Amino acid sequence: MSTETLEKTPVVKVKEPLLSKRRKRIFSDPLNDDNPITIQVLGICSALAITVQMRPTAIMAVSVVFVIVFSNLITSMMRNLIPNRVRIIVQLSIIATLVTLVSEVLKAYNYPMFKILGAFVGLIITNCIVMGRLEAYAMGNKPTDSIIDGLGSGFGYAWIILTVAFFRELLGSGSIFNFPVFESIGWAGFPNNGLMVDSIGAFMVLGILIWIQRTKTGFVES
Amino acid sequence: MRLSNTYIIVFTAIMTIIIGGALSLANQLLKPAQTRAIKLDTRTQILNAVMDLQEGDDILAIYDDRIDGFVVNISGDEITADSKGNPIQADKVNIIRNFKKKPEEREYPVFKFTSKDDPLKIEAYIFPVYGNGLWNNIFGFVALESDLNTIKGVSFGHVGETPGLGARITESEIEDRYIGKKIFDNQGKFMSVTMLKGEKKDPSMFGPHEVDGMSGATITARGLNAMLKEYLHDYEAFIKKIQRQEAI
Repeated sequence: MSTETLEKTPVVKVKEPLLSKRRKRIFSDPLNDDNPITIQVLGICSALAITVQMRPTAIMAVSVVFVIVFSNLITSMMRNLIPNRVRIIVQLSIIATLVTLVSEVLKAYNYPMFKILGAFVGLIITNCIVMGRLEAYAMGNKPTDSIIDGLGSGFGYAWIILTVAFFRELLGSGSIFNFPVFESIGWAGFPNNGLMVDSIGAFMVLGILIWIQRTKTGFVES
Repeated sequence: MRLSNTYIIVFTAIMTIIIGGALSLANQLLKPAQTRAIKLDTRTQILNAVMDLQEGDDILAIYDDRIDGFVVNISGDEITADSKGNPIQADKVNIIRNFKKKPEEREYPVFKFTSKDDPLKIEAYIFPVYGNGLWNNIFGFVALESDLNTIKGVSFGHVGETPGLGARITESEIEDRYIGKKIFDNQGKFMSVTMLKGEKKDPSMFGPHEVDGMSGATITARGLNAMLKEYLHDYEAFIKKIQRQEAI
Protein backbone atom coordinates (compact mmCIF):
# COMPACT_ATOMS: atom_id res chain seq x y z
CA MET A 1 0.00 0.00 0.00
CA SER A 2 2.65 2.44 0.99
CA THR A 3 4.65 1.82 -2.17
CA GLU A 4 1.62 2.51 -4.29
CA THR A 5 1.01 5.94 -2.77
CA LEU A 6 4.67 6.74 -3.12
CA GLU A 7 4.54 5.94 -6.81
CA LYS A 8 1.41 7.97 -7.37
CA THR A 9 2.47 11.20 -5.72
CA PRO A 10 5.19 12.27 -8.16
CA VAL A 11 2.87 11.50 -11.12
CA VAL A 12 0.19 13.80 -9.69
CA LYS A 13 2.79 16.49 -9.16
CA VAL A 14 3.97 16.71 -12.78
CA LYS A 15 0.49 16.22 -14.22
CA GLU A 16 -0.90 19.65 -14.92
CA PRO A 17 -4.67 20.19 -14.79
CA LEU A 18 -6.11 20.58 -18.29
CA LEU A 19 -7.28 24.10 -17.59
CA SER A 20 -4.40 25.44 -15.55
CA LYS A 21 -3.79 29.16 -15.31
CA ARG A 22 -0.89 28.90 -17.75
CA ARG A 23 -3.02 27.11 -20.33
CA LYS A 24 -5.85 29.57 -19.94
CA ARG A 25 -3.39 32.30 -20.82
CA ILE A 26 -2.21 30.39 -23.89
CA PHE A 27 -5.83 30.36 -24.98
CA SER A 28 -6.89 33.85 -24.01
CA ASP A 29 -3.82 35.85 -25.06
CA PRO A 30 -4.47 35.62 -28.80
CA LEU A 31 -8.13 36.52 -28.27
CA ASN A 32 -7.25 39.98 -27.07
CA ASP A 33 -3.78 41.07 -25.90
CA ASP A 34 -1.94 39.24 -28.64
CA ASN A 35 -4.62 39.01 -31.30
CA PRO A 36 -3.23 37.78 -34.62
CA ILE A 37 -5.18 40.31 -36.67
CA THR A 38 -5.45 43.46 -34.58
CA ILE A 39 -2.10 43.27 -32.73
CA GLN A 40 0.15 41.17 -34.93
CA VAL A 41 -1.65 42.36 -38.10
CA LEU A 42 -1.44 38.95 -39.79
CA GLY A 43 -3.98 37.34 -42.09
CA ILE A 44 -5.34 40.68 -43.25
CA CYS A 45 -5.79 39.61 -46.87
CA SER A 46 -8.44 37.02 -46.12
CA ALA A 47 -10.00 39.22 -43.44
CA LEU A 48 -10.69 41.75 -46.17
CA ALA A 49 -11.73 39.37 -48.91
CA ILE A 50 -14.31 37.10 -47.32
CA THR A 51 -16.09 39.36 -44.86
CA VAL A 52 -18.79 40.73 -47.16
CA GLN A 53 -21.39 38.42 -45.63
CA MET A 54 -21.66 36.48 -42.39
CA ARG A 55 -22.24 33.01 -43.84
CA PRO A 56 -19.07 32.59 -45.90
CA THR A 57 -17.15 34.27 -43.08
CA ALA A 58 -18.43 31.74 -40.56
CA ILE A 59 -17.42 28.85 -42.82
CA MET A 60 -14.01 30.44 -43.34
CA ALA A 61 -13.59 30.90 -39.58
CA VAL A 62 -14.40 27.25 -38.91
CA SER A 63 -11.96 26.16 -41.65
CA VAL A 64 -9.15 28.29 -40.27
CA VAL A 65 -9.70 27.05 -36.70
CA PHE A 66 -9.67 23.45 -37.98
CA VAL A 67 -6.48 23.97 -39.99
CA ILE A 68 -4.64 25.82 -37.20
CA VAL A 69 -5.57 23.31 -34.49
CA PHE A 70 -4.72 20.21 -36.46
CA SER A 71 -1.55 21.53 -38.08
CA ASN A 72 -0.39 22.66 -34.63
CA LEU A 73 -1.17 19.20 -33.25
CA ILE A 74 0.52 17.29 -36.06
CA THR A 75 3.60 19.53 -36.11
CA SER A 76 3.92 19.32 -32.35
CA MET A 77 3.73 15.53 -32.40
CA MET A 78 6.39 15.39 -35.10
CA ARG A 79 8.55 18.20 -33.72
CA ASN A 80 11.36 15.90 -32.62
CA LEU A 81 11.44 14.13 -35.96
CA ILE A 82 11.37 17.11 -38.31
CA PRO A 83 14.83 17.87 -39.73
CA ASN A 84 15.61 21.46 -38.94
CA ARG A 85 16.84 22.37 -42.40
CA VAL A 86 13.55 21.49 -44.13
CA ARG A 87 11.16 22.40 -41.33
CA ILE A 88 9.41 25.22 -43.21
CA ILE A 89 8.57 23.03 -46.17
CA VAL A 90 7.38 20.28 -43.82
CA GLN A 91 5.09 22.73 -42.04
CA LEU A 92 3.86 23.98 -45.39
CA SER A 93 2.99 20.46 -46.56
CA ILE A 94 1.05 19.76 -43.37
CA ILE A 95 -0.95 22.96 -43.77
CA ALA A 96 -1.49 22.41 -47.49
CA THR A 97 -2.77 18.88 -46.89
CA LEU A 98 -5.29 20.02 -44.29
CA VAL A 99 -6.41 22.94 -46.44
CA THR A 100 -6.91 20.68 -49.44
CA LEU A 101 -9.01 18.35 -47.28
CA VAL A 102 -11.21 21.24 -46.13
CA SER A 103 -11.62 22.44 -49.68
CA GLU A 104 -12.54 18.96 -50.98
CA VAL A 105 -15.09 18.40 -48.20
CA LEU A 106 -16.62 21.79 -48.89
CA LYS A 107 -16.83 20.99 -52.59
CA ALA A 108 -18.65 17.75 -51.84
CA TYR A 109 -21.09 18.87 -49.17
CA ASN A 110 -21.53 22.62 -49.57
CA TYR A 111 -20.97 23.43 -53.21
CA PRO A 112 -22.58 26.92 -53.17
CA MET A 113 -20.16 27.95 -50.40
CA PHE A 114 -17.28 26.34 -52.27
CA LYS A 115 -18.08 28.56 -55.23
CA ILE A 116 -17.96 31.69 -53.05
CA LEU A 117 -14.95 30.74 -50.94
CA GLY A 118 -13.11 28.49 -53.40
CA ALA A 119 -9.92 30.45 -53.90
CA PHE A 120 -9.83 31.81 -50.37
CA VAL A 121 -9.97 28.44 -48.67
CA GLY A 122 -6.92 27.49 -50.73
CA LEU A 123 -5.28 30.70 -49.60
CA ILE A 124 -5.44 29.60 -45.95
CA ILE A 125 -2.11 27.97 -46.85
CA THR A 126 -0.55 31.38 -47.20
CA ASN A 127 -2.35 32.74 -44.13
CA CYS A 128 0.57 33.95 -42.07
CA ILE A 129 -1.25 33.16 -38.80
CA VAL A 130 -1.15 29.39 -39.36
CA MET A 131 2.49 29.15 -40.34
CA GLY A 132 3.42 31.67 -37.67
CA ARG A 133 1.92 29.45 -34.96
CA LEU A 134 3.70 26.34 -36.22
CA GLU A 135 7.08 28.04 -36.37
CA ALA A 136 6.72 30.03 -33.17
CA TYR A 137 4.84 27.57 -30.98
CA ALA A 138 4.18 24.03 -32.15
CA MET A 139 7.83 23.36 -33.07
CA GLY A 140 8.82 23.78 -29.43
CA ASN A 141 5.83 22.75 -27.31
CA LYS A 142 3.85 19.68 -26.32
CA PRO A 143 0.77 18.57 -28.31
CA THR A 144 -1.83 19.53 -25.67
CA ASP A 145 -0.47 23.04 -25.31
CA SER A 146 -0.22 23.34 -29.05
CA ILE A 147 -3.90 22.45 -29.48
CA ILE A 148 -4.85 25.12 -26.94
CA ASP A 149 -2.58 27.61 -28.67
CA GLY A 150 -4.18 26.74 -32.00
CA LEU A 151 -7.69 27.17 -30.57
CA GLY A 152 -6.71 30.54 -29.13
CA SER A 153 -5.22 31.87 -32.34
CA GLY A 154 -8.03 30.39 -34.43
CA PHE A 155 -10.76 31.98 -32.32
CA GLY A 156 -8.76 35.20 -32.15
CA TYR A 157 -8.91 35.30 -35.94
CA ALA A 158 -12.52 34.10 -36.04
CA TRP A 159 -14.08 36.69 -33.75
CA ILE A 160 -12.39 39.55 -35.56
CA ILE A 161 -13.49 38.49 -39.04
CA LEU A 162 -16.99 37.72 -37.79
CA THR A 163 -17.23 41.18 -36.23
CA VAL A 164 -16.02 42.80 -39.45
CA ALA A 165 -18.50 40.71 -41.45
CA PHE A 166 -21.33 41.63 -39.07
CA PHE A 167 -20.94 45.34 -39.76
CA ARG A 168 -20.24 44.89 -43.46
CA GLU A 169 -23.31 42.72 -44.08
CA LEU A 170 -25.54 44.83 -41.85
CA LEU A 171 -24.59 48.16 -43.42
CA GLY A 172 -23.79 46.91 -46.91
CA SER A 173 -26.66 44.52 -47.55
CA GLY A 174 -29.01 45.33 -44.66
CA SER A 175 -29.02 41.74 -43.45
CA ILE A 176 -27.40 39.31 -41.02
CA PHE A 177 -26.87 35.73 -42.21
CA ASN A 178 -29.06 36.69 -45.21
CA PHE A 179 -31.89 37.59 -42.83
CA PRO A 180 -33.19 41.06 -43.79
CA VAL A 181 -32.85 42.93 -40.51
CA PHE A 182 -34.07 46.35 -41.52
CA GLU A 183 -37.05 45.03 -43.49
CA SER A 184 -38.22 42.99 -40.53
CA ILE A 185 -38.20 46.01 -38.20
CA GLY A 186 -40.27 47.90 -40.75
CA TRP A 187 -37.52 50.04 -42.27
CA ALA A 188 -37.83 48.77 -45.83
CA GLY A 189 -36.13 51.74 -47.48
CA PHE A 190 -32.82 51.32 -45.65
CA PRO A 191 -30.14 52.60 -48.04
CA ASN A 192 -27.40 50.00 -48.45
CA ASN A 193 -23.91 51.40 -48.13
CA GLY A 194 -22.05 50.35 -51.27
CA LEU A 195 -18.72 51.14 -49.66
CA MET A 196 -19.22 48.32 -47.18
CA VAL A 197 -19.41 45.57 -49.82
CA ASP A 198 -16.15 46.81 -51.29
CA SER A 199 -12.81 45.93 -49.66
CA ILE A 200 -12.45 49.58 -48.63
CA GLY A 201 -15.31 49.01 -46.19
CA ALA A 202 -13.39 46.15 -44.62
CA PHE A 203 -10.33 48.36 -44.18
CA MET A 204 -12.44 50.95 -42.41
CA VAL A 205 -14.22 48.53 -40.07
CA LEU A 206 -10.96 46.73 -39.31
CA GLY A 207 -9.15 50.03 -38.72
CA ILE A 208 -11.81 51.14 -36.25
CA LEU A 209 -11.66 47.75 -34.50
CA ILE A 210 -7.86 47.97 -34.16
CA TRP A 211 -8.19 51.52 -32.86
CA ILE A 212 -10.75 50.58 -30.20
CA GLN A 213 -8.83 47.50 -29.15
CA ARG A 214 -5.46 49.18 -28.91
CA THR A 215 -6.95 52.04 -26.93
CA LYS A 216 -8.30 49.49 -24.44
CA THR A 217 -5.18 47.32 -24.19
CA GLY A 218 -2.78 50.25 -24.43
CA PHE A 219 -0.71 48.41 -27.04
CA VAL A 220 1.82 50.56 -28.86
CA GLU A 221 3.97 49.27 -31.70
CA SER A 222 7.61 49.60 -30.76
CA MET B 1 21.57 12.21 -37.14
CA ARG B 2 18.78 14.68 -37.88
CA LEU B 3 21.20 16.80 -39.86
CA SER B 4 22.34 14.12 -42.27
CA ASN B 5 21.21 14.32 -45.85
CA THR B 6 20.10 10.70 -45.82
CA TYR B 7 17.76 11.36 -42.90
CA ILE B 8 16.26 14.40 -44.63
CA ILE B 9 15.72 12.54 -47.90
CA VAL B 10 14.14 9.53 -46.20
CA PHE B 11 11.98 11.78 -44.01
CA THR B 12 10.64 13.85 -46.90
CA ALA B 13 10.09 10.75 -49.03
CA ILE B 14 8.00 9.05 -46.35
CA MET B 15 6.07 12.24 -45.66
CA THR B 16 5.31 12.71 -49.35
CA ILE B 17 3.99 9.18 -49.62
CA ILE B 18 1.77 9.53 -46.53
CA ILE B 19 0.39 12.91 -47.58
CA GLY B 20 -0.11 11.84 -51.18
CA GLY B 21 -1.89 8.69 -50.06
CA ALA B 22 -4.15 10.56 -47.66
CA LEU B 23 -5.12 13.12 -50.26
CA SER B 24 -5.84 10.62 -53.01
CA LEU B 25 -7.91 8.57 -50.60
CA ALA B 26 -9.92 11.64 -49.62
CA ASN B 27 -10.37 12.55 -53.26
CA GLN B 28 -11.65 9.09 -54.15
CA LEU B 29 -14.02 8.96 -51.19
CA LEU B 30 -15.46 12.40 -51.84
CA LYS B 31 -15.71 12.14 -55.61
CA PRO B 32 -19.30 10.76 -55.80
CA ALA B 33 -20.59 13.52 -53.51
CA GLN B 34 -18.70 16.16 -55.49
CA THR B 35 -20.03 14.95 -58.83
CA ARG B 36 -23.54 15.04 -57.38
CA ALA B 37 -23.02 18.57 -56.04
CA ILE B 38 -21.75 19.85 -59.40
CA LYS B 39 -24.62 18.20 -61.28
CA LEU B 40 -27.13 19.74 -58.90
CA ASP B 41 -25.48 23.12 -59.31
CA THR B 42 -25.56 23.02 -63.13
CA ARG B 43 -29.20 21.93 -63.16
CA THR B 44 -30.11 24.65 -60.67
CA GLN B 45 -28.54 27.24 -62.96
CA ILE B 46 -30.33 25.90 -66.03
CA LEU B 47 -33.71 25.90 -64.27
CA ASN B 48 -33.05 29.32 -62.75
CA ALA B 49 -33.09 30.80 -66.24
CA VAL B 50 -36.73 29.79 -66.75
CA MET B 51 -38.36 29.62 -63.34
CA ASP B 52 -38.11 30.92 -59.79
CA LEU B 53 -36.92 28.00 -57.73
CA GLN B 54 -38.02 27.82 -54.13
CA GLU B 55 -35.88 26.39 -51.38
CA GLY B 56 -36.74 22.73 -50.95
CA ASP B 57 -37.71 22.15 -54.58
CA ASP B 58 -36.58 18.79 -55.88
CA ILE B 59 -34.34 20.22 -58.59
CA LEU B 60 -33.20 16.90 -60.02
CA ALA B 61 -36.80 15.71 -60.39
CA ILE B 62 -38.02 18.92 -62.01
CA TYR B 63 -35.05 18.79 -64.36
CA ASP B 64 -35.69 15.19 -65.38
CA ASP B 65 -39.35 15.95 -65.85
CA ARG B 66 -39.21 19.13 -67.86
CA ILE B 67 -35.78 19.58 -69.45
CA ASP B 68 -34.81 17.78 -72.61
CA GLY B 69 -31.31 18.47 -73.84
CA PHE B 70 -29.54 17.86 -77.15
CA VAL B 71 -26.44 19.20 -78.89
CA VAL B 72 -26.15 21.13 -82.15
CA ASN B 73 -23.21 22.40 -84.22
CA ILE B 74 -22.68 25.88 -85.60
CA SER B 75 -24.89 25.17 -88.66
CA GLY B 76 -27.76 24.28 -86.37
CA ASP B 77 -27.76 20.53 -87.10
CA GLU B 78 -28.16 18.12 -84.25
CA ILE B 79 -25.05 16.08 -83.49
CA THR B 80 -25.05 12.91 -81.43
CA ALA B 81 -21.35 12.05 -81.40
CA ASP B 82 -18.19 14.10 -80.88
CA SER B 83 -15.22 14.24 -83.26
CA LYS B 84 -13.90 10.96 -81.87
CA GLY B 85 -17.23 9.21 -82.29
CA ASN B 86 -18.19 9.09 -78.62
CA PRO B 87 -21.86 9.80 -77.89
CA ILE B 88 -22.45 13.24 -76.35
CA GLN B 89 -25.05 14.36 -73.86
CA ALA B 90 -26.18 17.95 -73.56
CA ASP B 91 -25.65 18.29 -69.81
CA LYS B 92 -22.23 16.65 -69.98
CA VAL B 93 -20.82 19.06 -72.57
CA ASN B 94 -17.94 20.99 -71.02
CA ILE B 95 -18.70 24.62 -71.88
CA ILE B 96 -15.28 25.88 -70.75
CA ARG B 97 -13.39 23.43 -72.95
CA ASN B 98 -15.62 24.29 -75.90
CA PHE B 99 -15.14 28.01 -75.28
CA LYS B 100 -11.44 27.56 -76.02
CA LYS B 101 -12.14 25.95 -79.40
CA LYS B 102 -12.97 27.84 -82.60
CA PRO B 103 -16.71 28.58 -82.86
CA GLU B 104 -17.06 26.21 -85.87
CA GLU B 105 -15.70 23.31 -83.83
CA ARG B 106 -17.68 23.84 -80.65
CA GLU B 107 -20.51 21.64 -79.42
CA TYR B 108 -23.55 23.73 -78.57
CA PRO B 109 -26.00 22.26 -76.04
CA VAL B 110 -29.66 23.24 -76.23
CA PHE B 111 -32.11 22.56 -73.40
CA LYS B 112 -35.81 22.42 -74.18
CA PHE B 113 -38.06 23.41 -71.31
CA THR B 114 -41.38 21.63 -71.76
CA SER B 115 -44.77 22.45 -70.34
CA LYS B 116 -45.77 20.82 -67.08
CA ASP B 117 -48.99 19.39 -68.48
CA ASP B 118 -48.00 18.65 -72.05
CA PRO B 119 -44.50 17.20 -72.46
CA LEU B 120 -44.58 17.92 -76.20
CA LYS B 121 -45.27 21.62 -75.81
CA ILE B 122 -42.05 23.61 -75.60
CA GLU B 123 -42.17 26.63 -73.31
CA ALA B 124 -38.60 27.77 -73.71
CA TYR B 125 -35.21 27.03 -75.21
CA ILE B 126 -32.23 27.43 -72.89
CA PHE B 127 -28.74 28.15 -74.23
CA PRO B 128 -25.52 28.16 -72.21
CA VAL B 129 -23.23 31.17 -72.72
CA TYR B 130 -19.63 31.74 -71.65
CA GLY B 131 -17.23 34.66 -71.81
CA ASN B 132 -14.78 36.97 -70.08
CA GLY B 133 -15.66 39.46 -67.37
CA LEU B 134 -13.29 41.99 -65.83
CA TRP B 135 -11.20 39.70 -63.61
CA ASN B 136 -12.13 36.23 -64.71
CA ASN B 137 -14.71 34.25 -66.64
CA ILE B 138 -18.43 34.86 -66.60
CA PHE B 139 -21.06 32.39 -67.72
CA GLY B 140 -24.75 31.77 -67.69
CA PHE B 141 -27.87 30.42 -69.32
CA VAL B 142 -30.24 32.38 -71.54
CA ALA B 143 -33.81 31.17 -71.97
CA LEU B 144 -35.80 32.23 -75.02
CA GLU B 145 -39.59 31.95 -75.32
CA SER B 146 -40.91 29.46 -77.88
CA ASP B 147 -40.78 32.25 -80.53
CA LEU B 148 -36.96 32.05 -80.11
CA ASN B 149 -36.77 35.82 -80.03
CA THR B 150 -38.06 37.06 -76.68
CA ILE B 151 -35.91 36.46 -73.61
CA LYS B 152 -37.82 34.52 -70.98
CA GLY B 153 -35.09 34.77 -68.41
CA VAL B 154 -31.37 34.61 -67.79
CA SER B 155 -29.17 33.29 -65.04
CA PHE B 156 -25.60 34.51 -64.83
CA GLY B 157 -22.63 33.43 -62.79
CA HIS B 158 -19.06 34.58 -62.42
CA VAL B 159 -15.75 33.43 -61.06
CA GLY B 160 -14.20 36.57 -59.67
CA GLU B 161 -16.05 39.79 -60.45
CA THR B 162 -15.91 42.58 -57.89
CA PRO B 163 -18.47 42.07 -55.09
CA GLY B 164 -21.11 44.78 -55.16
CA LEU B 165 -20.12 45.90 -58.66
CA GLY B 166 -19.63 43.32 -61.42
CA ALA B 167 -20.72 40.48 -59.17
CA ARG B 168 -24.22 41.97 -59.26
CA ILE B 169 -24.83 40.08 -62.53
CA THR B 170 -25.93 37.13 -60.39
CA GLU B 171 -28.61 39.17 -58.61
CA SER B 172 -32.17 38.75 -59.77
CA GLU B 173 -32.59 42.52 -59.95
CA ILE B 174 -30.06 42.61 -62.82
CA GLU B 175 -31.17 39.34 -64.41
CA ASP B 176 -34.81 40.47 -64.49
CA ARG B 177 -33.82 43.46 -66.66
CA TYR B 178 -33.36 41.03 -69.55
CA ILE B 179 -36.87 39.56 -69.41
CA GLY B 180 -38.98 40.46 -72.43
CA LYS B 181 -36.05 41.84 -74.46
CA LYS B 182 -35.74 40.69 -78.08
CA ILE B 183 -32.65 39.39 -79.83
CA PHE B 184 -33.94 39.96 -83.41
CA ASP B 185 -35.39 43.14 -84.91
CA ASN B 186 -38.66 43.22 -86.87
CA GLN B 187 -36.88 42.21 -90.09
CA GLY B 188 -35.42 39.18 -88.34
CA LYS B 189 -31.91 40.64 -88.23
CA PHE B 190 -29.79 39.52 -85.27
CA MET B 191 -29.35 42.41 -82.80
CA SER B 192 -28.43 40.69 -79.53
CA VAL B 193 -29.20 42.53 -76.28
CA THR B 194 -26.80 45.17 -75.07
CA MET B 195 -26.32 46.46 -71.57
CA LEU B 196 -25.65 50.20 -71.69
CA LYS B 197 -23.18 52.24 -69.67
CA GLY B 198 -24.54 54.00 -66.61
CA GLU B 199 -27.48 53.10 -64.41
CA LYS B 200 -30.83 54.86 -64.92
CA LYS B 201 -33.10 52.48 -62.96
CA ASP B 202 -35.98 53.40 -65.27
CA PRO B 203 -37.04 50.46 -67.47
CA SER B 204 -39.12 52.67 -69.78
CA MET B 205 -35.98 54.37 -71.13
CA PHE B 206 -34.70 51.29 -72.91
CA GLY B 207 -35.52 49.80 -76.31
CA PRO B 208 -36.21 46.13 -77.01
CA HIS B 209 -32.50 45.38 -77.51
CA GLU B 210 -31.11 47.39 -74.60
CA VAL B 211 -30.96 46.95 -70.85
CA ASP B 212 -30.03 49.29 -68.03
CA GLY B 213 -26.35 49.20 -67.06
CA MET B 214 -24.60 48.58 -63.76
CA SER B 215 -22.98 51.60 -62.19
CA GLY B 216 -19.28 50.97 -61.63
CA ALA B 217 -19.21 47.75 -63.63
CA THR B 218 -18.86 48.90 -67.23
CA ILE B 219 -16.18 46.36 -68.13
CA THR B 220 -18.18 43.45 -66.71
CA ALA B 221 -21.17 44.70 -68.70
CA ARG B 222 -19.01 44.88 -71.83
CA GLY B 223 -17.99 41.25 -71.25
CA LEU B 224 -21.62 40.33 -70.72
CA ASN B 225 -22.60 41.97 -74.01
CA ALA B 226 -19.78 40.28 -75.92
CA MET B 227 -20.71 36.92 -74.40
CA LEU B 228 -24.40 37.19 -75.34
CA LYS B 229 -23.60 38.48 -78.81
CA GLU B 230 -21.08 35.75 -79.58
CA TYR B 231 -23.09 32.82 -78.28
CA LEU B 232 -26.52 33.87 -79.49
CA HIS B 233 -24.94 34.53 -82.88
CA ASP B 234 -23.45 31.03 -82.84
CA TYR B 235 -26.91 29.63 -82.15
CA GLU B 236 -28.48 31.77 -84.87
CA ALA B 237 -28.46 29.00 -87.51
CA PHE B 238 -30.27 26.66 -85.12
CA ILE B 239 -32.73 29.36 -84.06
CA LYS B 240 -33.57 30.30 -87.67
CA LYS B 241 -34.07 26.65 -88.53
CA ILE B 242 -36.59 26.13 -85.75
CA GLN B 243 -38.33 29.40 -86.57
CA ARG B 244 -38.74 28.25 -90.20
CA GLN B 245 -40.16 24.91 -89.05
CA GLU B 246 -42.60 26.70 -86.77
CA ALA B 247 -43.70 28.98 -89.63
CA ILE B 248 -44.66 25.99 -91.78
